[in-house]
Amino acid sequence: MLGLNKKDTSLLIIVAILTLLAPFILNPFPEGSAMAQFNAGYPDLMQRFVIFGIFAIGFNILFGLTGYLSFGHAAFLGVGSYSAVWMFKLLSYNVIPAIALSVVVAGLFSLLIGFVSLRRSGIYFSILTLAFAQMSFALAYSVLSNPKFNLTNGETGLQVYADDPQILQGANAPDLPHLFGLPMRATYTMDVGAWSFDFNAGYYLCAVIMMAVFYLAIRIFRSPFGMMLRAVKSNQQRMNYTGLNSKPYTLAAFVISGMYAGLAGGLMAAMDPLAGAERMQWTASGEVVLMTILGGTGTLIGPVLGAGFIKYFENIFSKINDNVLHSWFAFLPDGLEDAVVFLIHPFIGKGWHLTLGILFMLVVIYLPGGLVEGGQRLLNRFKRRKTGTDDAPSGKTEPAE
Amino acid sequence: MDAILLQILNGLDKGSAYALIALGLTLIFGTLGVVNFAHGALFMIGAFCAVTLQKVMNLSFVTIDETQTDFLGNPLKVETPYVEAWFGPEVGASIIDWSVPLAILFAIPIMLLVGYVMERGLIKHFYKRPHADQILVTFGLAIVLQEIVKYFFGANPIQTPPPDALSGSVDLGTMIGFDPNAIIYPIWRLVYFGFAVAIIGAVFSFLQFTTFGMVVRAGMADRETVGLLGINIDRRFTIMFGIAAAVAGLAGVMYGPLNPPNYHMGMDFLVLSFVVVVVGGMGSLPGAVLAGFLLGILESFASTTWATTTIPGINQIIIYLVAIIVLLTRPRGLMGRKGVMED
Repeated sequence: MLGLNKKDTSLLIIVAILTLLAPFILNPFPEGSAMAQFNAGYPDLMQRFVIFGIFAIGFNILFGLTGYLSFGHAAFLGVGSYSAVWMFKLLSYNVIPAIALSVVVAGLFSLLIGFVSLRRSGIYFSILTLAFAQMSFALAYSVLSNPKFNLTNGETGLQVYADDPQILQGANAPDLPHLFGLPMRATYTMDVGAWSFDFNAGYYLCAVIMMAVFYLAIRIFRSPFGMMLRAVKSNQQRMNYTGLNSKPYTLAAFVISGMYAGLAGGLMAAMDPLAGAERMQWTASGEVVLMTILGGTGTLIGPVLGAGFIKYFENIFSKINDNVLHSWFAFLPDGLEDAVVFLIHPFIGKGWHLTLGILFMLVVIYLPGGLVEGGQRLLNRFKRRKTGTDDAPSGKTEPAE
Repeated sequence: MDAILLQILNGLDKGSAYALIALGLTLIFGTLGVVNFAHGALFMIGAFCAVTLQKVMNLSFVTIDETQTDFLGNPLKVETPYVEAWFGPEVGASIIDWSVPLAILFAIPIMLLVGYVMERGLIKHFYKRPHADQILVTFGLAIVLQEIVKYFFGANPIQTPPPDALSGSVDLGTMIGFDPNAIIYPIWRLVYFGFAVAIIGAVFSFLQFTTFGMVVRAGMADRETVGLLGINIDRRFTIMFGIAAAVAGLAGVMYGPLNPPNYHMGMDFLVLSFVVVVVGGMGSLPGAVLAGFLLGILESFASTTWATTTIPGINQIIIYLVAIIVLLTRPRGLMGRKGVMED
């Protein structure tokens, strides 16, 4: 279907079903029950899942295929957000031109940065992209927000004001981001017994776009172009010796992933018409690296899983506090209960970043393939035990050297 | 003329911090071939050694002084730090006053230990993995260290004042023949610069004039051959990692009075220090020091009102701009050697 083989088609269908039914899947616990705090089916969080999924898919096209580790991808996300908000300010609140412009601007910006950074590889590339991203952050945060030429509105963040021109804004169009009149905040709540499910217009826009770009990513992975990128990762020198110039391929990959990041930034602004410089900071670049590694670098589904995993646990862990812990461990004797809560306390609430850092280190050390590799290993072990043989295929082909 | 001199002086303190961190980074890279993203965290830990010592020194017990009363007529509670009780009020007070310089003694063993544990416990397993993995795991470690410090000390900057004797300013201009009040300069910045020069000198002479240093330099040039000669080069490199950690830590200890330490100061310095290392030339120790001071001074010149009104915000981006230009025109950096991280 759609030029994909059977396996990829089923992967795409699974992803499509999961994203379309996410409001049901993410809300498995009835409203008002003790477990309701583990529900993730509210619009804001679901939007973040898919938007960061898009961001990570794009990052993976660069890092997973070519092995170039960029530490500056948040810059493209930020640029995308800024251009989308400018579109809101100048044209109208319709999201289509905003998202289109954010992709184009991020593409051009990444062409510029990629052209310069890709002259070096390895760690130099990482440092160059990091330097560019920090420079963009500094520019957005302070330099481009002076009264004479206010492009980013500095610390406050760029937002739409009442006296902005908005030349195409119709008289009866909604006064917030909308898709031809359908506001992004429109939510239909369905109550089934004790459960309640939210269907949000903005989420479904993001979800449809994510499926489209996921399909695109599959096609890139399976194309001759994707093979070229993998060749860059496995041995760039050998590729150059055979007379191929690898630069156009890596640059194309860089620009594509930059455009994905711009798209994510544009969608972020479309969900909430505000763009701040902190989106470009290098910690934000680090976050997408974490997502991709955690999910599984170079796999199709990995980055989406990683993004969902990190955003979900960020949300849940930040909500848990000592009282919740005490109620969980109430079955233990008092002294032990306090000890357990005391031990867990640093890792929850505001300590989520600590948990994330430890988790990330563990993944890099023991499971370089991320969650996807972990799943495969478990599956293989399970299969082996079932058949009773030890020579189950590892599912991984060793490169011939 | 005096304005130029003032800007150069202003650049020296930041330049010293850049140079010290970059020196450690280069030392680790040159010996072990590891790109250490956690080096900024080591700088931060050093600064928090000083904070810890200051807190410990100020631990006090409360006594009720019947002779003094507050405005309600109740006896006044007097907090006496333990050190003052043990060493007598005058010696104790001066110990508290000098807690930042004293923290150097306290920080050296701690930083050596931290470096040793880090290398043996984590970095050792990453020699054969790709550079990207090394970057990632040390990045994760940096987050963890940073969050641990945040957990214990909170997110706000903590004041670590310099000793009273060194906290004022000095009129440098009159000493070298300028008008009075032309160059007024905080003493602690001079102390920091002198300290940095001393540390850099110590590291270089350690490498240059001791047998241990000679072996380390030989190992940097050709690790395998040194190993074949029956020298346990890995152990020496581990010790060098500890020394690099100590250099970063000491840079942090003394930096506290210039800028109150907070938990993410390391990250802020790390990005710039990497830029410094790259500009200086990966693997070149003199290059790292030179580039550190140069970029510090350059940044200070870019911060003058003249520069910021000509090109707004130039002070924020100058270092990155220079790094990009250097990397593109002179990929090896200012003093990089051939064959070190060429790709």
